[in-house]
Amino acid sequence: MLEDLFSMVKVRFNANQTDDDKKKTDIPKGLLFKCPRCRSVTLSEEFNKKGKVCPNCNYHSRLSARERLDITVDKGSFREFDRTMISKNPIDFPDYEQKQIALREKTGLKDAVITGRAKIYGKDTVIIVMDSNFMMASMGSVVGEKITRAFEYATRRKLPVIAFTASGGARMQEGIVSLMQMAKTSGAVARHNEAGQLYIAVMTDPTTGGVTASFASLGDIIIAEPKVLIGFAGRRVIEGTIKQKLPDDFQSAEFMLENGFVDMIVDRSRMRRVLSHILRMHNYTGEVPKK
Amino acid sequence: MSELSASQRLDIIRHKGRPTVNDYIPMIFDRFMEMHGDRLFGDDGAIMGGIAYFKGTPVTVIAQVKGRDLAENQKCNFGMPHPEGYRKALRLAKQAEKFHRPVICLVDTAGAFCGVDAEKRGQGEAIAKNLMEFMTLKTPIISIVLGEGGSGGALALAVCDELAMLENALYSVISPRGFASILWKDAAREREACDLMKITAKDLTRLGVCDSIIAEAPGGAHNDPQATANNISEYISKALERKLKKGLDELINERYNKFRSVGDFEEPPLSDKSR
Repeated sequence: MLEDLFSMVKVRFNANQTDDDKKKTDIPKGLLFKCPRCRSVTLSEEFNKKGKVCPNCNYHSRLSARERLDITVDKGSFREFDRTMISKNPIDFPDYEQKQIALREKTGLKDAVITGRAKIYGKDTVIIVMDSNFMMASMGSVVGEKITRAFEYATRRKLPVIAFTASGGARMQEGIVSLMQMAKTSGAVARHNEAGQLYIAVMTDPTTGGVTASFASLGDIIIAEPKVLIGFAGRRVIEGTIKQKLPDDFQSAEFMLENGFVDMIVDRSRMRRVLSHILRMHNYTGEVPKK
Repeated sequence: MSELSASQRLDIIRHKGRPTVNDYIPMIFDRFMEMHGDRLFGDDGAIMGGIAYFKGTPVTVIAQVKGRDLAENQKCNFGMPHPEGYRKALRLAKQAEKFHRPVICLVDTAGAFCGVDAEKRGQGEAIAKNLMEFMTLKTPIISIVLGEGGSGGALALAVCDELAMLENALYSVISPRGFASILWKDAAREREACDLMKITAKDLTRLGVCDSIIAEAPGGAHNDPQATANNISEYISKALERKLKKGLDELINERYNKFRSVGDFEEPPLSDKSR
């Protein structure tokens, strides 16, 4: 009898779901943006025009690494490092190679980070941009190695580093090798730091786990985009531990600012200028942005 | 050394009688003097630190504390440190650097604590800072994984010149339980995860992470804590001898390269299509 009851509930549940799905399919996919923060719905056209920022709550949505570079560095100034580097399978994780091949095909990326050298208003900088479209920008061998090399290059050439961070954390499919990337990248930051060079971390959606617990938190200056997710532990893990629901703004950029782990929150539309001014204040020379 | 699977070793390290740092410290060190607090927020019961003699030489000991019963575990939060624990560890490591004392870290944690207060006080930042500062600390650091080495919470005490693991210890990117619940949405498949993840001392030696394996008493350390402690002592003696004769620059360069060299990737030549 109990089983019957459950199956009835299941049927009703599924019936509701299909109703919902039908409603959704009335609207062509990709025409609307539903904000994960305030849950308001906007026409994609308007959302895109605002630089993928929610017009209702100012949540700064995720960008691909290429999109980020386009709005950040001087046109034509970007020179990519290590662009053929791909991961192997250090712990023989089932289907890891296939998964990567499929993702490379789908995203046009080799792994979850693009690194290189570029100019911002004429000022030279090393730039690191993570891309959450590739395995939620988890940090495995390639992410760790490219970031480490980028910092080492900047240390040798006496250049600043700007890192746009986004990550779900360590890449579980690479096991302990992935954990070691946290130490490796932090070591490279340490050397860049000892060489007296500037490192600006810009935390974007989502910056979590092993990336928060390594190079992302080690910037001389830490900037965050509005309303993005920043934290160490997963929200669901914490909710499971304390057995209650957490408030919406928990682990947001604003929460991190309030608790003293972020220097400032900067809108995407001002980011390029703010970065340029910071570089200039640290005596990296180049043209002065207007305003 | 025995050929056990990772999940069989998991049973051994979870044995009720498994020695903890509270057992080992008096067996390995003399006159351990505990030092409390991070000077910023409070004192974390999950990380214990202090100064002691090791065979007549003063050393700084930083150890993750696990309890054996509920009362002990409440005091040490089941061995899961808060940010103030990592900050205490860093404070003591910096003190060791100032007075040229080697640092011995004893790792035994399922991971850094995941909670609201831990986030508010910057768990991520606390771990990150330790990774950076330990990497350039100007004194030898020896880390030994005694039981569980869980994730960033373990790594924060394991940026070192030499990493050793007890024979049955496990060291992983995430606890097997967490791995199963993320990958299969089923934490109950922990043992399966354990055997898939390549987390035994042997696996980690092959992957270039673990430098030495310390034998436990037959059947596990609980069968003879003193014999296991003697093996740990013997290892620390040799490791310190190796590290203390090195110049500081050499030491720190080698430490950097120890971690620098871990990674499994390839760089195929650039084809015309790739841009």
